Amino acid sequence: MSGGQQSGALPPPFRRAADLAWSVAAVAVFVAAAGLGLHGAWKSIVAPHYEGRAVGAEPIGGDFTLEDPDGRPVALSRFRGKVVLLAFGYTRCPDVCPTTLARFAQARALLGADATQVQVLFVTVDPERDTGELMRQYVPAFDPSFIGLRGSTSATERVATQYGVSYKIVELQGQVLVDHSAIDYLIDRTGRTRVLLPYALSAQQVARDLRTVLDD
Amino acid sequence: MSPVTLARRCALTILLATSLPSFAGVVVSDPWVRGTVPAQRQTAAYMRISSDREVRLAGASSPVAGSALVHEMRMDGDVMRMRPVDSLRIPAGGTVVLDERGLHLMLQELRRPLQPGERVELELRFVDTAGKAELVRISAPVRPLGAASGGTH
Repeated sequence: MSGGQQSGALPPPFRRAADLAWSVAAVAVFVAAAGLGLHGAWKSIVAPHYEGRAVGAEPIGGDFTLEDPDGRPVALSRFRGKVVLLAFGYTRCPDVCPTTLARFAQARALLGADATQVQVLFVTVDPERDTGELMRQYVPAFDPSFIGLRGSTSATERVATQYGVSYKIVELQGQVLVDHSAIDYLIDRTGRTRVLLPYALSAQQVARDLRTVLDD
Repeated sequence: MSPVTLARRCALTILLATSLPSFAGVVVSDPWVRGTVPAQRQTAAYMRISSDREVRLAGASSPVAGSALVHEMRMDGDVMRMRPVDSLRIPAGGTVVLDERGLHLMLQELRRPLQPGERVELELRFVDTAGKAELVRISAPVRPLGAASGGTH
């Protein structure tokens, strides 16, 4: 037994080297663990930076069901696992809506292969004039993956209220004029609204926020 | 119609159709029209209007549209508002820009879809403070549905 102990024990210089190696390993593990812990703590303390406005503790939006241009029901929850860009508008809108949709198409393209992780939904606030046929042609004209959604007047009002979208259809001198909030919604993979995107953001800024939420 | 009258009319037509941008008075530059999908019945036209004397845009028309009216889009906080502009005034020596950040000429009751690459004829009637009218005819290129002023999308 004592002979075995003798053969198993290392001479003093080697023993010190082994101790040192263990110490280094222990320190490395500790530093790594501390680093991970700090990283987690950092992430939980410091909210990620967004180009748009981060949604605070008060939730905005939530699930809803509207219809695709063919009249089939589509729920927001169908896109769980993807990041959703949700916009409200109307097809007669000359400036804001086409600019927004064109910008979303550019932002999506900037993500490269991850573009498939992003779904753009465009909800019309004027379902009376934005027929299924019009939505079918208009929305995918910006990007074939984009989906146009519409509903009855009451369903549209309900979803708009849920997201805090205000809109008003004004008929003036035989013209139909629509006032509406030009804010879009960045919704994460779990269906939670994370960022409000004002109209002033560029495609690059939208792409950065999409990237932040995709990597979260 | 006498040959002289005919010649005068031809000369006037040629002048109106070709020379106005360089002619003193109202100058319309960089016009373009947003393309449409077939089911759309309206779109917007954008341009820059300069004038050496004060004028107002008294009317506009296009063979592709039932009516053409100036609208103003205004951002009120996060809310976009749209209103017709009854009389668009161009100050003496000034330029008024119609772009997607504010004013546009709304082409309504479109008679056909507008494809990128084609051109749309527009006729703009300006009246100066003395009540003298000036007709400006322009040919505006159609850009894609998602285009922006000054952009090369």
